[in-house]
Amino acid sequence: MTAPTISLPQLSESSSSIVFEDVRIGFEEGEILKGISFQVRERETMVLLGETGTGKTLTLKMAAGLLRPSSGRVHVLGETISSMRERDLLTFRQKIGFVFQEGALFDSMTVAENVAYRLREENLSEEEIGSRVLEVLRFVELEHTLEMLPSELSGGMRRRVSIARALISRPPIVLYDSPTAGLDPITSQAIITLILRLRDVYGVSALLATNRLQDGFALANFHFDAETKRVVPNSQNGNAHAAAKTGATRFLVYRDGKIYFVGEPEQIAQSEDLYIKRFLV
Amino acid sequence: MADTPLQVTGQHSKREETISVMGILTDTVKNSVAALQDYSELSGRAMTNILTAPHYLKDTLAQMDDVGVGSLPIILLSGFFIGAVMVLQTGSQFVRFGQTSLTGDVVSIALTRELGPTITGLLTAGRCASGMASELGSMLVTEQVDAMRAMGTDPSRKLVTPRVAAGILMMPLLTAMMVFVGLLGGCVASVFTLRLSAVEFWRRAIDALEFPDLMQGFSKAIVFGFILATVGCYKGLRVRGGTQGVGRATTQSVVISSVLIIVADVFLTKLSLYLANKVF
Repeated sequence: MTAPTISLPQLSESSSSIVFEDVRIGFEEGEILKGISFQVRERETMVLLGETGTGKTLTLKMAAGLLRPSSGRVHVLGETISSMRERDLLTFRQKIGFVFQEGALFDSMTVAENVAYRLREENLSEEEIGSRVLEVLRFVELEHTLEMLPSELSGGMRRRVSIARALISRPPIVLYDSPTAGLDPITSQAIITLILRLRDVYGVSALLATNRLQDGFALANFHFDAETKRVVPNSQNGNAHAAAKTGATRFLVYRDGKIYFVGEPEQIAQSEDLYIKRFLV
Repeated sequence: MADTPLQVTGQHSKREETISVMGILTDTVKNSVAALQDYSELSGRAMTNILTAPHYLKDTLAQMDDVGVGSLPIILLSGFFIGAVMVLQTGSQFVRFGQTSLTGDVVSIALTRELGPTITGLLTAGRCASGMASELGSMLVTEQVDAMRAMGTDPSRKLVTPRVAAGILMMPLLTAMMVFVGLLGGCVASVFTLRLSAVEFWRRAIDALEFPDLMQGFSKAIVFGFILATVGCYKGLRVRGGTQGVGRATTQSVVISSVLIIVADVFLTKLSLYLANKVF
C-alpha cells in the first residue's frame, strides 16, 4: 500500500494564518514529528487527524508557541513565533484562543472567573468584563453557570466553558485539541455545532485536532445560517452562496511523524487508501 | 533553545544502550547538575519578577494567608511543647550545679538562634512545600499551567513569585511566634517543675538575648522561607507521570526542602557567629 501523493501549495505567509515549515520535534523517547510543512489559510478550518501519539497536540502547542520545534519554523499571522521570546509570546497569544483537550479550566475559580481571566489580565473595567462574560456564555448557552465551579459541570459543559474562555477576546485564530474526546455522540454534536457557529459568526481561522473524521465532515458539510439561527447543510437550496461565505475546511492526516494526506473533504471521502478508510469506521 | 526540560534538539535513533556503572554515575551527575541549573533559574526568575510589573498582589496576599495564618496552629502548638521540653531537659542538668535560674537564658538563646527558625522551617516545609508542590503539580498535569501561558500569563509571576514572597515574609513572623510561645511553654514548665518564679524566668530569658541572636534567628528564617517555597514550586512545576508524579513530587518537596534547611542551617550558623564576632 502506498501513501497518497501529497502536493503542497506554495507556502505564502501573507495569505495564511498559520504556516509550518519543515517542523521537527522530539523528546527523550525520540522524534515525534519529522519534517511537517503545511499552512492554514485565513478563515479556513484545518482538521488535523491522526492516531493517538502522532503529534496532533504537539502541533497545536507549537502553533500557540507553548512549545518550540527542534528545527523548522512556525509562522502565525505573519510572525515567526518559533523564535520569539517567551515575553513577546505572552503578548502575542492574545490573538490565539486555545481549547484544551479536557478543558483545562482553573478548578479553584468559578465559571465566570475562568471566562473573565484574560480580560482581568488586561485590567479592563468590571462592568465591561461582566457584559462580555455574559455575552460569550450566552453564545455557548451556559449563562446560568456563572457562579458554578468546574467540578460541578459535566464534561460537555466544561468544554463549552473552555470555548467561551478561548473566544472572550475575539481571537482571529482558535486551536482546538480534541474538543469532542470522551464525549457521547449527542454532546459531541453540540460541541461541533458551537465550533461551526464560532467559525461562521466570528470568521476565525482554526486548527482542530481530532481522531474522529465525522467531526471534520460536520464542519465541512454544514454551516450556521445567521437568518434562521440554525445549522444547515451546505447542499440545501439557496445556501450555496451562504456556504461560500464561510471558511473552507481541509483535512490533514499524520502518520509516523509525517503528513500522510492533505486535501479537501471530497478527496478524503473518496479515498481508496486503506489507512484513511480506517478513520471512516 | 528548547523550552521544556528534556526536549532534544536533534535527531535521535533508538538503539540498544549498554548499561555501565560509569554510565549510571555520569547520568546521575548530569541530571543533578541540570536540575540544579533549572532550580536556580526558577528561583532567580521568581525574585527578579518582584522588580518588574505585573505584580499579583491578591495572589501574594492569599499565599501569605495560607503560609502564615494557615501554619499558625501547628507552630503555636509545637512551639509551646518544645519550649517546655527544652526547660525540662536543660533544667534537669542545671539542677546538679544548683543553677536552675540559668534555664531561662539557655532556652531563650536556643529557641531564638536555632530551634525557632529550624523547627518552624521544617514544620512549614512539611505543610506548605508539599501543598505548593501538589497544587502546582496538579495544575501542570491538567494543563492549567499551559492554559495560563496560552492566555498571556507568565506562570512564574502568577504562581511562583507570590509563593516565594509569602515564604520569605511569613517565616520570620512565624519564627517570632514560635519563639514567644516556646518561652511561654518553658515558663509554664519551669514554674511547675523547677519551682522558678515566672518573672525570674522571663527576665532572664529576655535579658539573655542580644541583637546578634535575633539577627541570626530571623535571617535563618528568611532563607528557610525561600528554600521551602522555591523547592515546593520547583517540584510541582516539574512533575512527570500524571497523578503518580504529583504524589512523588509532593513527598520529594518535603524531603528536599527539609534537608536543604538543615544543611543551610549549619552554614548560616557559622556565618552568623563569624559576623557576630566581627560586626557586633
